Amino acid sequence: MIFDRDSRRKAFSHAITVLGGLSVLVVLIPLASVLYTAAVRGGAVLLNPAFYTAGNPLPCSSISCQTVGIGPDIEGTAILLGLSGAISTAVGVSAAIFASEYRTYGLGRAISFTADVLTGVPSIIMGVFIYSFFVLYDPTLAFSATTGTLALSILMIPIVVRTTEEALHTVPNSLREAALALGMPKWRTTVRVVLATAFPGILTGILLAMMRAAGEAAPLLLTGFGSRLFFQGMNVPIAALPLLIYNYAESGSPNFLKVAWGATLLLMILVLTANVLSRLSIQRMVRRMGGR
Amino acid sequence: MVPPTPSSRSPLPGGSAKRPRGSRQTWPDRLFLGLVGTAGVSVLFLALALVGVLYDAATPSVRAFGPNFLVGYTWNPAAGVYGDLPFVAGTLLTGAIAVLIAVPLALGASIFLTTQAPFWMRRPVGTAIELLAAVPSVIYGFWGIFVLVPLMRYTVEPVLRIYLGWTGLFGGTPIGTDVLTASVILAVMIVPTITAVSRDTLSAVPAAQKEAALSLGATDWEATRYAMIPYARAGIVGAIILGLGRAIGETMAVTMTIGNIDKVPVSLFSQGQTIASLIANELLNETGPLQYAAILEAGLVLLAISLVVNVAARLLVWKVLRVSGGIIE
Repeated sequence: MIFDRDSRRKAFSHAITVLGGLSVLVVLIPLASVLYTAAVRGGAVLLNPAFYTAGNPLPCSSISCQTVGIGPDIEGTAILLGLSGAISTAVGVSAAIFASEYRTYGLGRAISFTADVLTGVPSIIMGVFIYSFFVLYDPTLAFSATTGTLALSILMIPIVVRTTEEALHTVPNSLREAALALGMPKWRTTVRVVLATAFPGILTGILLAMMRAAGEAAPLLLTGFGSRLFFQGMNVPIAALPLLIYNYAESGSPNFLKVAWGATLLLMILVLTANVLSRLSIQRMVRRMGGR
Repeated sequence: MVPPTPSSRSPLPGGSAKRPRGSRQTWPDRLFLGLVGTAGVSVLFLALALVGVLYDAATPSVRAFGPNFLVGYTWNPAAGVYGDLPFVAGTLLTGAIAVLIAVPLALGASIFLTTQAPFWMRRPVGTAIELLAAVPSVIYGFWGIFVLVPLMRYTVEPVLRIYLGWTGLFGGTPIGTDVLTASVILAVMIVPTITAVSRDTLSAVPAAQKEAALSLGATDWEATRYAMIPYARAGIVGAIILGLGRAIGETMAVTMTIGNIDKVPVSLFSQGQTIASLIANELLNETGPLQYAAILEAGLVLLAISLVVNVAARLLVWKVLRVSGGIIE
């Protein structure tokens, strides 16, 4: 009898292992399906060089519709990411330095906690915040490249703060003490020694934050608003890749859908490549520092 | 008017000893501190401004409906009556179903990856699962419209209706764009969060825990079940709540698949609306200032729900990882 019970226990343990392996497979099906669908429906479009520079297609219903490009949307996303990346890097990295290198001022914990909570705030709330602020104070600017940049910036700042803080924590204290002992002022120690050592980690964090912002449609829906035109200035609506996908997804027009699938595949390639690369660089960094 | 201290620029090594106490900072030091301090305080200010601006814009609705807004189940712009229950129900229902679907898969995957999988596959497979979280929401929505909605409408939902229709959960005609489909997409989106965090907490369990159980004759599963999971329980619960928090605020994928009807869902095949999809659909199409304010108040409710959920999750996860000297803090 006892032998029986033991083999039953072992069989159960093996069964759980099989179930675990199966759940890994099930979990990965959607990723494969998204990639496959985007590749099949949008792959051919990406092979045409004009797709990256030409303007958006006009609506049409016949089969002879021309597929045109996503030039304005690539340009708009690049402008939005460049500006909001610069703003959130400046503010986020500085705030993280204050929170983790100047602990004597007692705000460090409050800033980390606030940033951590802000990363959990839904992205659409960030859009609502900027939109309702401008409706109150300057409604003419509510839909513009300016508000789009601001919405993406405040989406990215908390992420940059948290990742920078973690990168700063990996810098050994002995480095700071050595620099200070040599007579380096605190600010130079922070910039030349601490920041320089933590640089790869900080860069990774900024890159991940930018990739998150690259795919966000929700806050832009209420701020940057989207446009069919190339960049027209900071005070008017701006085009963006995720907004193009959203606007064309339910259009029913075959050439719109083709363009949207092309944009989807492009965005997937961009975001997934950046993620894999940054993960590899984190691993290399951890290995260099002797692992954890 | 503080006179400049010549000694601070003294090339002599002992020069600093003559400086007055407490003024060891030079002007570049003070400038640098001022800059980073401003940035730090601005993060705190940002959080306050967020709540303040939303509350300010929502005030007309708060005044008009008071507490009735929170429990009102009618959202009727034509009659000027606004209650947020349809959206709170939609948000919590889709979030809960997503968690129900995601948790077994995520726990299975994280236990497999930390205890059973061959070492060569742990890192690449773990990364692949985390990549699911990097896919933009709008792409899941687009994929949902063309792949998941037809699958649900013609295959999954009719089968559910035949075999589980008696429960009353699956009443009505399967349309495909409904609460169940939105929940499935949300489940896909939160699986990587739950998997990654519970994997972290499980691998933070000291190896001695499991080895002790194995040496007493436990099978692999028994060792995991009785020696590892209890140890990591708070972290796993935290991971699940973190996933719930992500599901609650997700906008684009839900907006594109839930059907967008402003009513309390009566079955899983009902079309519905979450707070996030309400904002995406109606904020720019509002019929008047009162509807604008009411949407903003619903946004405040969403903010409150997600704050509670996120703070709870973080406290749980931090507790476990800090105890074991782990990744965060």
